[in-house]
Amino acid sequence: MKILAVCGNGLGTSFMLSLNVNKALKELNIDGDCKNMDLASAKTEQADYYIGSPEIMDQLNDGKKKTIRVVNMVNLNEIKDALKAHILEG
Amino acid sequence: MFLSRLTKELVQFEEKIDSWEQAIELASNPLLENGSIKESYVKAMIENVKNFGPYIVLMPQVAMPHARPEDGVEKTGISLLVVKEKVLFETDKSANLFLVLAAEDATNHLTLLQEISDFLSIEENIETLLNATNYEEFLNNLRGK
Repeated sequence: MKILAVCGNGLGTSFMLSLNVNKALKELNIDGDCKNMDLASAKTEQADYYIGSPEIMDQLNDGKKKTIRVVNMVNLNEIKDALKAHILEG
Repeated sequence: MFLSRLTKELVQFEEKIDSWEQAIELASNPLLENGSIKESYVKAMIENVKNFGPYIVLMPQVAMPHARPEDGVEKTGISLLVVKEKVLFETDKSANLFLVLAAEDATNHLTLLQEISDFLSIEENIETLLNATNYEEFLNNLRGK
């Protein structure tokens, strides 16, 4: 499973988020890998799920992409809950 | 660790800042002074928020302004501004901490970001910062735990 962490320039916020998403995936035993990318590139990049802050997900969502909104990028529990809700129960 | 990079001259405490733009500018000053970033980097960080919204708010109360290495980073560095009264963004988001991140390139700041993430994930650390009025107080409070 391919997950993309997305932010404005694909460096700081999304990078930090991807570290925590990969940790969460491991703890949830979900077979997947999270990479980070900037918003413009992510629009044309295929992935199973896209994850990021609400305002970035709103700009990315074209109605076809599966997006996951996260408010706290360093809270592992929030990220795990979001992944569970979308991937395991989605 | 991350705290050892945040030496006294890189951390500022303020009661109130009128706008998020001013907060980013003020928070960047120590990095401008020590030559880590150029003025163009400050402008780029502000432009990023104008273009994409306040996605730099990593978690409630904490913003991490940053831009791309090519926007004007001379050497990797961080600086911190603590504002007692929350600074509002144009949406419903706000922040009390502005942690400016300047990374020389996209790959070698992995360790730094991991350290920042680990520090911020402990909520008491944020409380400790917000309750301090100067650097010594902050360090003492952290050590005192």
